[in-house]
Amino acid sequence: MIERELAYKFLREMVLLRRFEERTAQAYQQGKIGGFCHLYIGQEAVAVGAINALRDSDYVLSAYRDHGHALAKGMSAREVMAELFGKVTGCSKGKGGSMHLFSKEKKFLGGNGIVGAQIPIATGVGWAIKYRKRDDVVLCFFGEGAINQGAFHESLNLASIWRLPVIYICENNRFGMGTPVERASSIYDLSQKAYAYDMARSHVDGMDVIEVYNTVNEAVARARGRSLPTLIEARTYRYRGHSMSDPIHGHYRTKEDVEEQKKHDPILNLKNYLIQNHLWDESDYQKIEDEVKNIVTDALQFSDSSPEPDDSELFTDIYTGEYYGRTHG
Amino acid sequence: MAEKGRGEVVTYIEAITIGLREEMERDERVWLLGEDIGVYGGAFKVTKGFIDKFGEKRVLDTPLSESAIVGVAIGSALNGMIPVAEMQFADFISSGFNQIVNQAAKMHYRYGAPVPMVIRAPTGGGVHGGPFHSQNPEMWFVKTPGLKVVEPSTPYDAYGLIKAAIRDPNPVIYFEHKYLYRRIKEKLPEEEYIVEIGKADVKREGTDITVVTYGSMVHFSLEAADILSKEGVEVEIVDLRTLLPIDKETILKSVRKTGKLCIVHEDTLTAGMGGEIAAIVAEYAFDALDAPIKRVAALDTPVPYAPALEAFFSPDTKKILVALRELAAF
Repeated sequence: MIERELAYKFLREMVLLRRFEERTAQAYQQGKIGGFCHLYIGQEAVAVGAINALRDSDYVLSAYRDHGHALAKGMSAREVMAELFGKVTGCSKGKGGSMHLFSKEKKFLGGNGIVGAQIPIATGVGWAIKYRKRDDVVLCFFGEGAINQGAFHESLNLASIWRLPVIYICENNRFGMGTPVERASSIYDLSQKAYAYDMARSHVDGMDVIEVYNTVNEAVARARGRSLPTLIEARTYRYRGHSMSDPIHGHYRTKEDVEEQKKHDPILNLKNYLIQNHLWDESDYQKIEDEVKNIVTDALQFSDSSPEPDDSELFTDIYTGEYYGRTHG
Repeated sequence: MAEKGRGEVVTYIEAITIGLREEMERDERVWLLGEDIGVYGGAFKVTKGFIDKFGEKRVLDTPLSESAIVGVAIGSALNGMIPVAEMQFADFISSGFNQIVNQAAKMHYRYGAPVPMVIRAPTGGGVHGGPFHSQNPEMWFVKTPGLKVVEPSTPYDAYGLIKAAIRDPNPVIYFEHKYLYRRIKEKLPEEEYIVEIGKADVKREGTDITVVTYGSMVHFSLEAADILSKEGVEVEIVDLRTLLPIDKETILKSVRKTGKLCIVHEDTLTAGMGGEIAAIVAEYAFDALDAPIKRVAALDTPVPYAPALEAFFSPDTKKILVALRELAAF
């Protein structure tokens, strides 16, 4: 059993991720956010449970569905929302957008718009930790679609032969865009991929934040203490479409499928846990909702009123040194 | 919804779909593979309904494995099939790079075995896709002997080129522009046709300035030409359609007629197609030039997400007009 304080921290963070993205969807529909935008709603327990098992100095890398991981790692709602708005106050000055969130300060080494591309990078971060004799660890999130990229297999092999402190978390939300995992993967229990690399493995109910937390804690201990990698499969579910342009249900799942999954909602699950353990306090929960509402409303107002990036920003950050190209249109 | 076909007014994306469908009907060796192309109908719906029509054996949903998608396509081509592989976004082609530039491109050179295959890649910006969903990666492949590279700008060419690509015995990369997918329409001819690979097309005749361009920039260039026409300047628009092999004859013929050249592309400036065209003209038609060659291209930076910055980054009608007016005044 976990302490009340920690349980409420999980609750607060999951509510933040959810409300943040509900308002993100509204802002997208209002045309304030453009391009491709992938929501994490339904999967909150994975990011919150896993990242809470870390110290601040540990690293997190994610994929294109990265808003939740960024917020859970401590990035501010303002800098994330402003990035989605394409404003200069965003974490990447509006130049990256939804899939390119990043915070050096928070050790969040990015979302990534190429499936699986973050996995070798996370492995390299782990290598450097070991080489420099630090005791930090790396959490690398990716979807179940990414395990069919060669990059996944090449990386896990390296992490195993070099004994790197990297925890690979496969968030199996059942669909690679519109293709069910059963049609894309040769095995159902994806954590079994670890056998091929003689790596520790677990699979966990990704709708249960406490189970995620406990499982990742064990993996963190293994990584920090013995510099060993782990592959964890977290079974979860996304409630929204693959991206904002994909309907919630349609070709690959029915409305009933989605409604059925919502009965296992991670926030609801935690609430039930708290009720069963006589820890639920409706007024504390309401305080969380109020506080989160203020944070998200503030982030929206901040993003709305922030300036667009100046044209000169196009030429910054491309190199550490001076930019070579011509700078006029 | 009834299937659209020849003789109807169709969008650019519908023209691709029609061409693909006809080739699959014509030749049972043609098969499709890619991420979410079957049940989902493709990220942009190019292959919507194909899995029902042609079955799962010819329309394969693959895992997210670009290297394997291209490799399997090559293997099947070596064994008598004609695969059409879809990259969900042209940007993701990077994950299949080795299979394309080393394996597919050099298979015939190394073994004498033809590799009839097509890789379709939705390319380009203007949709606020940001750094990994907006790029124009054609020059990675134009630099690779053994490949052919095409990029249609109209429904007519989209239909004719997808068919030509499928019938070509070499690996062809078919860039289709996301921005054009549903923005332009035209009536396709009743009769079946192909657009020959390696042939540029004069999209507008003119006497004063030649614009060599391709893809989405054809339309911005045409718009600029219409504006200049009212000012008494007649611009000729050469749409490359095929980037490799380059149709030197059509380019040189036009430049010899007008004496002035502006190259326009959405890809970034440095080492873009413009440099190659400029070099060809400088080498073979230097004597015909009455003015320095101009290039209008995206700036040499990653593609920014912020809509305001993307507009600044990308070429458009206004920027083309600035260059053309300078040339006209020269």
